[in-house]
Amino acid sequence: MSLLQQKTGSVVRLENVSKSYGDLLALDRVSLTVGQGEFVCLLGASGCGKSTLLSLVAGLDGITGGTLDTGGRKVSLMFQEAALFPWLSVRGNVELPLRLQGVSRPERRQRAEELLGIVRLGGFADKRPHELSGGMRQRVALARALAQNADILLMDEPFGALDAMTRDILHDELERIWREQQLTVLFVTHNVREAVRLGDRVILLSSRPGRVIEDYPITHERPRRIDSPEVAGQAAEITDRLRAEVARHAH
Amino acid sequence: MPIKYPSARAGLEGVNGDSTAPVAEKPGVDPEAAEVAGLDALELQPRKDKGALGKRIWKSTWPKVLAIAIVLLIWQITVWSEWKPIYVLPSPTTVFTDLGNVITTGDFWDGVRVTMTRAFTGFLLAVVIGTIIGALVSQFAPLRAAIGSLITGLQTMPSIMWFPLAILLFQLSESAILFVVVLGAAPSVANGLISGIDYVPRTWLRVGQVLGMRGFAKYRHLILPASLPSFISGLKQGWAFSWRSLMAGELLVIVPGALSIGVRMQQARDLSDSSLVICYIIVVLIIGILIDVLFNAADNALRRRWGLLSN
Repeated sequence: MSLLQQKTGSVVRLENVSKSYGDLLALDRVSLTVGQGEFVCLLGASGCGKSTLLSLVAGLDGITGGTLDTGGRKVSLMFQEAALFPWLSVRGNVELPLRLQGVSRPERRQRAEELLGIVRLGGFADKRPHELSGGMRQRVALARALAQNADILLMDEPFGALDAMTRDILHDELERIWREQQLTVLFVTHNVREAVRLGDRVILLSSRPGRVIEDYPITHERPRRIDSPEVAGQAAEITDRLRAEVARHAH
Repeated sequence: MPIKYPSARAGLEGVNGDSTAPVAEKPGVDPEAAEVAGLDALELQPRKDKGALGKRIWKSTWPKVLAIAIVLLIWQITVWSEWKPIYVLPSPTTVFTDLGNVITTGDFWDGVRVTMTRAFTGFLLAVVIGTIIGALVSQFAPLRAAIGSLITGLQTMPSIMWFPLAILLFQLSESAILFVVVLGAAPSVANGLISGIDYVPRTWLRVGQVLGMRGFAKYRHLILPASLPSFISGLKQGWAFSWRSLMAGELLVIVPGALSIGVRMQQARDLSDSSLVICYIIVVLIIGILIDVLFNAADNALRRRWGLLSN
């Protein structure tokens, strides 16, 4: 357990959580705690059930065994696709969660303006989603997630479909927003360097079934760079561990 | 704040030249913000020049003009070949002279009014009924099992088959025509809505779930807008079916006092006035095309908003 967690309260607590689909065991007794304001990356090869884990925390799916406690906190989830609604403008997409909460029109407009400012898309409120690039759409999706005013932000490979340059810049952006907005993030990826670049902790999951096999605290000073020697060094160490896990499935 | 990626920014400045470099070099501007703004600027495609309006109109018009010219030419050649006597197959000049005379009479426009009133009433009724049925079927699985395939079956049924029954049920009345028009169009409308609802992308449904949409809000903010393109195709097809049914109805069900386009055409046939019959065919064709243009305009506007058109 990291020091950070001991000094702050936990917002997500999983104890021996299992999830099976029929005979298939996707997650096997996963225990995990995420502290207030922590940035935790879940890392694993295919079939480790990392997306399943996020669905469980988001409450989209029920657990089969164990305890999952978010203390009734609000949870928001971002996907690999921005999945913005094409019938709404950028502003309309960001305002949608507020509309569903019953926020009044002027207040909604103002809040959407603020959120788009946070993701640096202030001038694009009246555009349609298809007029934006992939990276920009993902930022709109982030603004929409922030509009939910959730305590916990879950991200399921949100930058997986972007080119390296855009991803680099979005890492900086996400780190800044996480810091400024004091978010708690649970971030799923299969990119080791990305996990080390962003996370306070990197949790390594085994595959079929998913189990927590390592919990690496990442203590390099922020802001980090994905190509710094510290990040690369730790990523290499984790990659070796991950490869050993993958090799276990050869037979 | 130190510049974090000097090489990357140098690259951006090099590529984008004048537009981003001054912004990046302004004192007091956050270099990270400049990076993001520069990347956004590079990734957005420059707007393509679509050319002058006149040129665009000409580009889409000339093939149509040519097609009409070819049809008229073939028609004229057939007339010249004396395949049929001139009073049975009149020449284009005769027909268009007659058409010019007919459309300047008030009687003709009365007929158009009667026909269009029927068409719109029937179509609107079909839309209301089709939408309700479509919504119910997509909502309740047993109902879908019961009448899902029946709806498709009805859609393929030639609407003229309904007229004998309609006449027995409603006699020679407006109701008989309306009955058949609605039966012709409602299944298409219902099917459009059903397939629209069925094919709402899964990722959008998940977003709806994450945003906590339930019940009415889910329909209002997700299902209905997402199924709109398919619903519009359903409406378009429904219109085509109702227009066909209506024309068949106007030839078969002659309601006393209502001198619709169909009745006028029938009268022209009774008087063996081929030219007038062809006039009415052209009128019906033109009305059909005009309404189709309206539907296409709606469809294209939607596609453009959604980014489904490449232009």
